[in-house]
Formats: sequence, C-alpha cells, structure tokens
Amino acid sequence: NSMNVRDALNVAMEEEMLRDESVFVMGEEVARYNGAYKVTKGLLDKFGEKRVVDTPITEMGFAGLAVGAALAGLRPLRVHDVNFAMQAIDHIVNSAGKTYYMSGGNVPCPVVFRGPNGAASGVAAQHSQDYAAWYGSIPGLKVVSPWSAEDCKGLLKSAIRDPNPVVFLENEMMYGVTFPMSAEAMSDSFLIPIGKAKVEREGSDVTIVAHSKMVTHSLEAAEILAKEGIKAEVINLRSIRPLDIDTIKASVKKTNRQVSLDPHCSSHSYHLSRLLIVEGGFPAFGVGSEICAQIVESEAFDYLDAPVERITGADVPTPYAKILEDMAFPDTPLIVKVAKRALYRAN
Amino acid sequence: KLHEDSFRTHKCDLPSLEVQVQKDQLLKMYKDMQTMRRMEMAADTLYKAKLIRGFCHLAIGQASVSVGLESGIKPEDRVITAYRCHPFAVMRGGTVKGVLAELLGRQDGMSHGKGGSMHIFTPSFFGGNGIVGAQVPIGAGLAFAQKYLGHKTATFAMYGDGASNQGQVFEAFNMAKLWDLPCVFVCENNKYGMGTSAERSSSNTEYFTRGDKIPGIQVNGMDIIASKHAVEFARNWVVEGNGPLLMEFVTYRYGGHSMSDPGTTYRTREEVQRMRSTQDPIRGLQRYIEDWGLATEQELKQLDKKAKAEVDEAVEEAKQSPEPLPKDLWTDIYYKNTEPPSMRGREREEVHYY
Repeated sequence: NSMNVRDALNVAMEEEMLRDESVFVMGEEVARYNGAYKVTKGLLDKFGEKRVVDTPITEMGFAGLAVGAALAGLRPLRVHDVNFAMQAIDHIVNSAGKTYYMSGGNVPCPVVFRGPNGAASGVAAQHSQDYAAWYGSIPGLKVVSPWSAEDCKGLLKSAIRDPNPVVFLENEMMYGVTFPMSAEAMSDSFLIPIGKAKVEREGSDVTIVAHSKMVTHSLEAAEILAKEGIKAEVINLRSIRPLDIDTIKASVKKTNRQVSLDPHCSSHSYHLSRLLIVEGGFPAFGVGSEICAQIVESEAFDYLDAPVERITGADVPTPYAKILEDMAFPDTPLIVKVAKRALYRAN
Repeated sequence: KLHEDSFRTHKCDLPSLEVQVQKDQLLKMYKDMQTMRRMEMAADTLYKAKLIRGFCHLAIGQASVSVGLESGIKPEDRVITAYRCHPFAVMRGGTVKGVLAELLGRQDGMSHGKGGSMHIFTPSFFGGNGIVGAQVPIGAGLAFAQKYLGHKTATFAMYGDGASNQGQVFEAFNMAKLWDLPCVFVCENNKYGMGTSAERSSSNTEYFTRGDKIPGIQVNGMDIIASKHAVEFARNWVVEGNGPLLMEFVTYRYGGHSMSDPGTTYRTREEVQRMRSTQDPIRGLQRYIEDWGLATEQELKQLDKKAKAEVDEAVEEAKQSPEPLPKDLWTDIYYKNTEPPSMRGREREEVHYY
C-alpha cells in the first residue's frame, strides 16, 4: 500500500467527517474548486455544502467564525495557506489559543487550522516562509508539522479529535510525494499521538532532528553518510508543540560513544555526541533555537562535546530568482557537509 | 458621446457622457493596449517554456483598465495594486523588458530578480503585492501622505472582486472617509476570484456601492474611453477635496486566475469566447477609431506590428540579462549602509559580513 500526502490528508478529513457529524471544513476554494492544492478534492460531493463551505477571501473573518463555531460545539477544520493565515493570526493566537485558559477551563476551542506552510518554489517573499516558530511559541496552541503520508493521516485525525486548537502545518512541496502505508495506517482508526517524535532511521554517530520536508533531506543525507561509514540517526519531530525533547535527549545520549579519531592509535579516542537540527524556517528565534536551548538546559548537554549545529533557512526574505532561492534553504549536500564537519571529517 | 450604459453611480452625479478625445491620444492608447497584451502573451509563452517560476497572474482582457487608468491620471499620482501587476508596472514608468526580466529572475528585472511576477514597483507605483487585500490600506496611506504634504494629487488603490470582502478593505474605506483622503478605491471586477464567481463570495456584487458614506461609480471597464473619462472624473473628485471615491471597473480576464488555473472549471468556454468576440477592449477602441475615420485598419495593423516587435525585442533583451549574483542574496534586506554587522546563512559558516 502507498499513498501520497495529498490523498492521506483527504482521507483523514473524510474519515473524521464520517465519524463525527460536527466536523466540517471551511476555507477559500475548498468546495467547488477542490482546494487551491486539491487537498479537499471530492469532499463537497460526499458531504454537501453544509459541511464543506467555500468562504470569501476573508481570512480574519472566517478564522474568527471558525473559533466561534468551535466554542459552540462544532469541530471546524479551517483551511488556508499559512502565509495568508497571518491575516488571521490574531484569532489563532488570541481567540483560539487563549479562550480555554481565560474561561478558567469552561470553554474549550476544538478547531484545526490546516494549510501549507514553509518554502514553496519560486513564489517569492510573501508566499514562501515557515511559521512553525511563531505558532510554536504560543501556550494553548498545539502545533503539528507532519512529513510523510502516514504522519499526515494519523496526525490530522488526532488533531481533529483533539479538544484543543491545533495548527497543522503542511508543506506544499510534499503534497505529491508518495509514501508506503502500513495496513495499520490505512485503517480508519489510525491515530498518531500529537507531541511524539519518530525515529525514522536509527544510527549511533550523529543525531539529525528535522521536521516537514527537511526530514526528506535528512534521510537522504543519512544515506550518503552511511556510505562513508557514518551512522546518522534521523528524528522526525512531527510535533512542534508539544516538543518531544525526550526523544531528542535519548538520541543524544545514545549517539554518545567512544570513537577512535586516529585509526592507527587506539588510545586516541573521544566521546563523540553530535546534534544537528535541520529546519526550513528562519534561523533567528526558531524551532532549532528552542531545541538548542532545551538541550543546553538539560542533562543531555553533558553528553555533547561539540556545539550543536543548526541548519536553517538563511536569514533573508525569500528571493524569487532560483539561483538565490537555492542559497536560502537547506538541501541534502549541505546537511552532509555540516554532519561531517561536526564529526571532524574532511569534506 | 459615450454609450448610455457606460456608468452607474451611487450617491454622486453621473459624469457627462460627452467626451472630447484626441486622435494622438487614442492611437497611443491603442498601441499601449496592444503592447500590454503582447507582453502578457509573451509571459504566458515564457511560463509554458518553464522560464518563469512560481505564480504568474496575467491581465489579458483587462488592458483597458491599466491603460485607461494611466491615460486619465498624472505622473505624480500614486497607484498600488495586488499581484496582477505587470501592465501597471510598465505604464507607471517601468519597461516591458524590466517586467519580463523580473519574471525571468534576472538582474535587469525591475526588482533585480528578487520579487518575481507579483512584486514590481516604480517611484509612483507601489506594487505588486501578494497578500490579498493588504494593499488597500497601504493605498489609503499613500493618500494620507499626499494630503499631509499638501500635494494636489490622488492615489488609486486597486483590488479585485475577490479581495473586496477583506475586512481591512472596509477599515481603509472608513479612515479614508473619516479624514477625507484623496483616495480612489478601485475594484477591478473581473467577475471571478481564484475559483469562485463574484456572486458566491460577495453578498453585494455592486462593488461601487459598498463604501457606506463614500460615493461610487461603476464603469464599463471594457470601454477604454469610458474608463479614461471615469478616471479623470474620479481624480478630480478626490483632488478637489471631496474625500474618497469608490470606482468599479467591470472587466473580464480571458485566462485563468493564475497559470495553474485553467480558468474553465467555474465558467464556460463559451462565456470566455463570447466576451472575447463581443467585449474585447482593443477591438472596441479599434471600432471607435475606424468609425471616426482617425486611422485605417492598415495603420492600426502597423501599430500592432510595432507593439509586437517591441515586445519581441524586450523578450530577447530580458533573456540576455544575467542571473543575480550570489552576493545579491544579502542586499536589499536593510537599507544600504544601515545593515547589521552580519547576517547568517543556512549554517554557522555561511555568514555575510557587511
């Protein structure tokens, strides 16, 4: 069995809409146009206009409306490009994120905000950026950043069932990518817990933590490193908030091991524990910065004997021209280069 | 004398239907519209050849709005629009080569390859903005500055029928009326948002009536003489201190919303064909010119040819322009010579020192 990310999201929505009458989809072009990225394809035919609602281009208005519907007992799935969600961020942060707290636990807000986030291809500064860090800094929100089809299906279903507001960050460049699906993942009861990372590849020399599309690059890098005898462990974060720091710490401790630097001299050996964090977002005040801080604050710090390496988007607005855009986001060779540098290997 | 259906107004008198036109001006408008259409067609071809990346929104069918606007305003007026911006960028002081080179991501692009299709600016044209509706309050701000500085000029803040429902559009209306800003809010109603007809997104599709206390005028945006005349009327209205005005161009785009939209899933091919054959703004002006005996079909064909040759040459020149240099990644983020000491790239060794 296999499925692409777009279909996995579509199936997750369909299954949850079948299961729970209070779940509805609302967004720009989600119904008749099947979604700007065709993720909601067919839902209108299956569920009708009552439950698949085309909105005008009024992001702030319908984000607020979705929050209101959630407060009144429905489970809205509000769809939009996360770049445009900045038009609505006040409702996501101030209305969805805080109502439960401000009501002393009396009024939950079970709403999901989903849509593409992160760098896309050739669409320049206003449509190509990763906001995981922004949402990740807000207590009261849960923030999910899936990578594979399995992640998307299991996490979106969990997000819809979650009694809290969940920001579900997809990546446009991943929609068409096909992944194998286990029988379990194909079932309509498949859920992935929010707040748990997944070790996608085991390794003992270096830990690479990534989310979303950067997991693809990290796994490709691990494959190249393996050919040179370096065993990289790749962790797919899956959730930005809650952040599964325990899985990262466990990996850092595990990849701490005796390594002989000079193969001709066995007495010349060191503890080597290396942590690389890979993200597509801006470097400043980002997801990687937060992971660094939490590692430094914890006992895992003692296991590291080299600085943590962050591989991030460059600290520049996204340029349009391809030659510049390529320099603005991490790719596989860059991860390989930094991993080897961290292990004192010559490139 | 313009057709009686050229205008409808709301809370203000109709402009006169008697207009004076000059031959030279009409021929220039004809040539400009042909050039704009040729440029957009060239962009279409370049996109399909995969030389243009990402989003690309073309205005084929809407040429009488951009050219009509420019022929009714003064160079010192201000214009701002959303992402369907190529013709405005040229009409407001840019060049066809500069637009096409931008679409190709080259150094000679008007934004030096950093902005692409959606982000092109000139000293009197403030983009080229990607977030739907966000340009409207910015337009009100341009008008605020004009009033503040005592300039007798106007701002034309453009948006589409799709953007017209954004809350900040109404917020801008309110402030503009409150402070009587010299701002014309221009709805380019091409009848369809990305995949949704105006009727499915707007409870009131008479966009010129949506300004509460602000008067409005609706214009047949497929008739460039009516468009130009209405723009002059609107400019006078706001410059004379009457406060803002809403203006709706009823127009039509022949292509999809963007290159990824075939443009036929939410409307029929027949509808597009019918608009092309009966309402085309260039053919419309051609009829006026021929009926009034200002130029022969042959002379107009010469102008077509000239427009085509100019665009073809611009395409070649744009293709010759080099790509940006790696060092350009670090420029234009902060104002020249006020940069922070350094900026970080993707990892700690990729650092640029200013």
